[in-house]
Amino acid sequence: MALLEIKDLHASVADKPILKGINLTIKPGEVHAIMGPNGSGKSTLSNVLAGNEAYVKTAGQVLFDGQDIDDLAAHERACAGMFLAFQYPVEIAGISNMYFLKAAVNAVRKYQGKDQLDAMDFLDMVEDKKKIVKIRDDLLERAVNSGFSGGEKKRNEIFQMAMLEPKLGILDETDSGLDIDALRIVADGVNALRSPDRGFLVITHYQRLLDYIVPDHVHVLVHGQIVKSGGKELALELEDEGYASWVDEKGA
Amino acid sequence: MKIEDEKSFDELTDKEYKYGFVTDIESDSLPPGLNEDIVRAISKRKNEPEWLTEFRLKAYRHWLTLEEPKWAKVEFPPVDYQALSYYSAPKQKIDAPKSLDDVDPELLATYEKLGIPLGEQEVLAGVANVAVDAVFDSVSVATTFKKNLEELGIIFGSFSEAVKDHPELVKKYLGTVVPYKDNYYATLNSAVFSDGSFCYIPKGVKCPMELSTYFRINAANTGQFERTLLIADDDAKVSYLEGCTAPQRDENQLHAAVVELVAHENAQIKYSTVQNWYPGDKDGKGGIYNFVTKRGHCRGNNSKISWTQVETGSAITWKYPSCILKGDNSVGEFYSVAVTNNLQQADTGTKMIHIGKNTKSTIISKGISAGKAQNSYRGMVKVVETAENARNFSQCDSMLIGDQCGAHTFPYIDVSNPTAQVEHEATTTKIGEDQIFYCNQRGLDTEEAVTMIVNGFCKEVFRELPMEFAVEAQKLLGISLEGSVG
Repeated sequence: MALLEIKDLHASVADKPILKGINLTIKPGEVHAIMGPNGSGKSTLSNVLAGNEAYVKTAGQVLFDGQDIDDLAAHERACAGMFLAFQYPVEIAGISNMYFLKAAVNAVRKYQGKDQLDAMDFLDMVEDKKKIVKIRDDLLERAVNSGFSGGEKKRNEIFQMAMLEPKLGILDETDSGLDIDALRIVADGVNALRSPDRGFLVITHYQRLLDYIVPDHVHVLVHGQIVKSGGKELALELEDEGYASWVDEKGA
Repeated sequence: MKIEDEKSFDELTDKEYKYGFVTDIESDSLPPGLNEDIVRAISKRKNEPEWLTEFRLKAYRHWLTLEEPKWAKVEFPPVDYQALSYYSAPKQKIDAPKSLDDVDPELLATYEKLGIPLGEQEVLAGVANVAVDAVFDSVSVATTFKKNLEELGIIFGSFSEAVKDHPELVKKYLGTVVPYKDNYYATLNSAVFSDGSFCYIPKGVKCPMELSTYFRINAANTGQFERTLLIADDDAKVSYLEGCTAPQRDENQLHAAVVELVAHENAQIKYSTVQNWYPGDKDGKGGIYNFVTKRGHCRGNNSKISWTQVETGSAITWKYPSCILKGDNSVGEFYSVAVTNNLQQADTGTKMIHIGKNTKSTIISKGISAGKAQNSYRGMVKVVETAENARNFSQCDSMLIGDQCGAHTFPYIDVSNPTAQVEHEATTTKIGEDQIFYCNQRGLDTEEAVTMIVNGFCKEVFRELPMEFAVEAQKLLGISLEGSVG
């Protein structure tokens, strides 16, 4: 069964149509990359999938792990195993990263009918997972994303993903604002999480990230539609030629 | 997602105030109305000495000349003071219970239901290290751990008992912090106050346990007017907790208490309140009018008084716990969280009056409004001529949930000494949809998300509360804000 099945998805933001018929299927173990120029609808896609209310699905169907996402509230999608690594992770003052994560992990476990983790088990899990993205202890104790640098925020997103062990990881321009070292650490983290039963949707503007997270499939998103799909070599092609030909074509 | 929100809103409207039950108990009440005879009758019922009867009468006569204050940003229909009963006491088989065994089981059951440990066994078993004075309507029904405290010379119990057993102390301090002429509600309280807690910590004693008073209004159409007097003598130290609930009734009920704190040289008083009076229903029907005067007097040098309050209940809150910093180097602190939802109104804050040299004060206020509620911070920092090198830091943060509520800040700063340093910071934030979505995306539902974000917002205040209270306060916050987003 497909992990994510997007059929003719239309969506708008503030009544403006952005996505105009997306079709995409991700199977467990696959990594799909979506590339596209600014304003093509990349972030809209990730937000619609995750259930952000500011983004309205107007037509089509999305099945996540066999369930229609219309039947699931945002937190239920998360609990069912969909994880979105945010392009701009938000700050929550006064709540430590650890406290936040413990609440999140236990909310997900509760939904999945698993026992709640006590403090000791949780700490063991943190010790285990923090190696994946080499996150510093002081960041764990600080308030969620408060005073984090851009790179630390992204690293924290991947750390949270490791802790929540989703079925599908959506990375929304995780590479934006990262220098090459941070990019490598984040990519190594994602690669460590790749597994036969987990899928990824990697959304990016640049080919650069895909040097480190090598995708199985690449899709080009322009003006709210997938205009071309192919293997990893498509990303290289785009690097050489840019998006200009599609944008012009469509714009004409 | 919309469906989900509507569901949570329904859950809110179905949600009952957990403490809204009524205890079926026979009461000894005075008829409604207020006049000199009623004042005398209250005093007589309590077998008070003449000086106290006179204190009440003076207050009553002064009250007749006053008008209700109108400056607060709250609106309510006029209170009919003649329709209220000013005294209600649960009928006891004997006059004053000597031990818990003598207390009406119905009353004990009430406190058990409220989760207040009156059985000392429970406490000894490690449930909590707290001595409790339980006030039911107009009288104190039980005080725990009296003996243990007496061994240290600590006097803790009902105000009425203190009048009988330690009249000299009561006479010496009563009305010295909040004079009977102070304000409309304090004056009314001075005339008709029924009971409350009295506490005296002798010189050099650090009170080994938390002292706590638990106020419960039960009877209908009864005003509750308690009076708390707490004195920490030289080098003494005490932490005091106060909790309150009331049954769910359709009529508004008046609560006009007075709290006076006195800190002598090097003494420290920490006073924490979790106020959870019935707030009224979602249409604003019923609920407590909470018009309270609380003031602390740092009388001695190097003394310290710290107020921490978490205000989640009441239809209307009108309350300004204050510090008079008379002693040199004395310190006043005010930490407050005020939550208003639905049609609740709160006008609350503090006054810090700097008189002594090198006096310091800190004000941290967090106001949270949801629904159609109005939440105002009103605070005064006054530095008089004698207060060399006075320091104040104030921070007032407001958080709005939804777009139909209001947050207001009214800071008054009055400085008469050029060496003073007064800082005021204020922020207003709207709880962010993006923050809620971020939490949703990590598996937390919207209510959990709001509770978490608001708890984070209030953290600086919660960490001032004693441990058990902090946990309780966080839970309360969740309940108070249920269904506020949608």
